[in-house]
Amino acid sequence: MPADLNPNTPTHEDLPSLPRDEDGPVFREPWEAQAFAMTLTLHEQGHFTWPEWAECLGAEIAAAQAGGDPDLGDTYYLHWLKALEGLVASKGIVSTDDLARRKEAWDIAAHTTPHGKPITPPEDA
Amino acid sequence: MSPHSDSGHDDHSHLSDTELRVRSLESLLTDKGLVNPEALDAIVDRYENKIGPRNGSRVVARAWVDPDFKQRLLENASAAIDSLGYTSTQGVDMLVLENTPTVHNVTVCTLCSCYPWAVLGLPPAWYKSFPFRSRVVKDPRGVLQEFGLKLGAGIEVRVWDSTAELRYIVLPERPAGTEGMSEEALADLVTRNSMIGTEKAANPKAGKS
Repeated sequence: MPADLNPNTPTHEDLPSLPRDEDGPVFREPWEAQAFAMTLTLHEQGHFTWPEWAECLGAEIAAAQAGGDPDLGDTYYLHWLKALEGLVASKGIVSTDDLARRKEAWDIAAHTTPHGKPITPPEDA
Repeated sequence: MSPHSDSGHDDHSHLSDTELRVRSLESLLTDKGLVNPEALDAIVDRYENKIGPRNGSRVVARAWVDPDFKQRLLENASAAIDSLGYTSTQGVDMLVLENTPTVHNVTVCTLCSCYPWAVLGLPPAWYKSFPFRSRVVKDPRGVLQEFGLKLGAGIEVRVWDSTAELRYIVLPERPAGTEGMSEEALADLVTRNSMIGTEKAANPKAGKS
């Protein structure tokens, strides 16, 4: 576990490193909410247990920290998404290759859609 | 909002790399019949608008006015909370930690920010942050002081690290001067942070901040 902290705790005015919020938005962007809801749905269907999920998420967070992420809470759902991608792949639900191919298709769909028009799913395009 | 702005081609739509990943996963799962977008929206709506710390506030207020309920809550939190209609979807156990004049409890998840969603909604950003997760374990008094909570040397501080199987909720002390207040009014004093343990329940004169 973490071990590089300053024991001489300054007051919170001096401490931007402890992010605070009131009852602000729980999701900062729609994709965070989508990633959250997909995880809950797959768990409720029994594709993985909650301890399995927590282990994946914890591992992603630890890896991000090791990679230099200060991990202030704002990148939480990025770790969440990465953990979900990893777990659906390891459970054989959606392969990494399928994901990459679909992403490419979505990217093309987005780039060929005029601004202001809804981006249609690549399957229907 | 999106970090993606790599070109001057503004006549076409752009999705950030992250948005593309989420859309891809969602559309693949939809194709396989594992999720449907409307059900996902309903989950999001539930967590954004319906589940929140208010549920926990009602649990605490009930425990303050109903000794039998409090007893059940301390013995089997999940069952007692279920009996009020607030059910966790993750099937995890919950444990209620009672603050007393000599013991103050604070909860954290050092690993991945597990949180008692059913009663507190989704966690605030600081709860998920590394500084909180790590420092509250090493120096709980210092962290609590940053939250404006100064605890005397005679008060023992206990830090509880959540796991995927077990989540904690703090039962804050009922503030003095609240005798005769209705359960509903008492619930207004129970802040989200008081149930995480980073503050006390609000003073009835000051109200909830």
